[in-house]
Amino acid sequence: MKLLDKFAPLATLRNDLLKHGTLPFGVVTERILSPTEGIVEGRKTILAGTNNYLGLTFAPECVEAGRQALADEGTGTTGSRMANGTYGAHAALEQELAEFFDREHALVFTTGFLATMGMVSTLAGKGDVLLIDADSHASIYDGCRLSGAEVIRFRHNDPADLEKRLRRLGDRSGNTLVVAEGLYSMLGDQAPLADIVAIKDKYGACLLLDEAHSMGVFGTRGRGLAEALGVDDNVDFIVGTFSKSLGSVGGFCVSNRPELELIRMAARSYIFTASPTPSVVASTRAALRLIHDHPELRERLWNNSRRLYDALSRAGFRLGPQPGPVVAVFVDDPTRAVAWWHQLLEQGVYVNLVIPPATPSTSCLLRCSISAAHTTEQVNQIAEAFVSLLSQRKAAGSAV
Amino acid sequence: MATYDECLKIVRDVLGDQLEPGKTAGEKDALVADLGMGSLQMLELVVEIEDLLDISLPLNQLPEVQTVEDFARMLESLSGGSSA
Repeated sequence: MKLLDKFAPLATLRNDLLKHGTLPFGVVTERILSPTEGIVEGRKTILAGTNNYLGLTFAPECVEAGRQALADEGTGTTGSRMANGTYGAHAALEQELAEFFDREHALVFTTGFLATMGMVSTLAGKGDVLLIDADSHASIYDGCRLSGAEVIRFRHNDPADLEKRLRRLGDRSGNTLVVAEGLYSMLGDQAPLADIVAIKDKYGACLLLDEAHSMGVFGTRGRGLAEALGVDDNVDFIVGTFSKSLGSVGGFCVSNRPELELIRMAARSYIFTASPTPSVVASTRAALRLIHDHPELRERLWNNSRRLYDALSRAGFRLGPQPGPVVAVFVDDPTRAVAWWHQLLEQGVYVNLVIPPATPSTSCLLRCSISAAHTTEQVNQIAEAFVSLLSQRKAAGSAV
Repeated sequence: MATYDECLKIVRDVLGDQLEPGKTAGEKDALVADLGMGSLQMLELVVEIEDLLDISLPLNQLPEVQTVEDFARMLESLSGGSSA
């Protein structure tokens, strides 16, 4: 059937990967034991690729809040935020998010992807310009496609290139939405946000910042990279997710711009989907309070992150440019990357295997994400599992 | 404002620096199928031409570009030029 011929390359890739055993994409955690451990292929496995940065998925406050909401309000809302799907708890969560970020307005979406895609596609339209970092997440790229706006990329984390492109736009810079992320999810590198903010202000553009991987990770209050760099007030729209530091699922946008309230009536990904379930909303609200009340979670996360980054760096691995909760190990040879991924799993360590074109270069990545809930011993075990890959390779006679 | 021939020359010159030694880019050559350009090479090609002409090429238009000729035609239309 010709319609389906386009999937042939994916079938080839899938079959090649299956020759090595478990398919690295879509691994089944047979039983989840804690934020950092599960049973995979019958073995107790350290989970080092979950984006569960603060380890709140099993926090008793979040579990109990979810359980109570499930009993009190049922399993789902069965409706859109625009129709019957806004309960008191959705409005309360929006109020609490606005307070957390010190913003006037907040919008809750059903997933982080829908939040980012919806905001990008709704803020910019025909005649406008979207100026996005080249390494942007798929939700940003999909938002661009849906927007009808002219889409221009600037070089990843390159403020000079951003400025050059704003200058080229001339008068149109006032109709431009610049889009950047706080922490880039593949390599764990941070945006040069102070420079980006200064440039977008100079040219009168708007900035949408995706703090999906940086909320709860940076800043004294855990708001994200904008807070940590002191440019919080100059970011026009912040989007983020509940499915990382907050340990549930959902997404949001906060802003001081009153137009955010109008976006409720314009963003298709907000209007034409069911709202988050009551248990998810309740768990998220509890997690938001924990982030606010427990800054020591961030300290633990950073201690763990530095420990792993330093250990892998000392061992000679080529890593992403900055230490942080995402520790990306470059592996140039795809066959070796797949083999190493399997060896790590056999040693009881799960990480993410990322292969081009999902990576920002031609290399594969063994991507680790670290949690505040990892123990020092677990971080050491992750590092040792990686180091053993090099030992096995040396023993096999290859140069490191 | 640049003519089609000027745009074609620019594309072929920049491609010449990127292709393997001995390979040249013909007007009708497909960038991926004939010249073996990968996605990162395509990105470099775009950025180099953008800098050379001090323009930004909209991402929306790039999927239409399959051949060297397509690329030159897009540059010509963005620069407001006319066919030579």
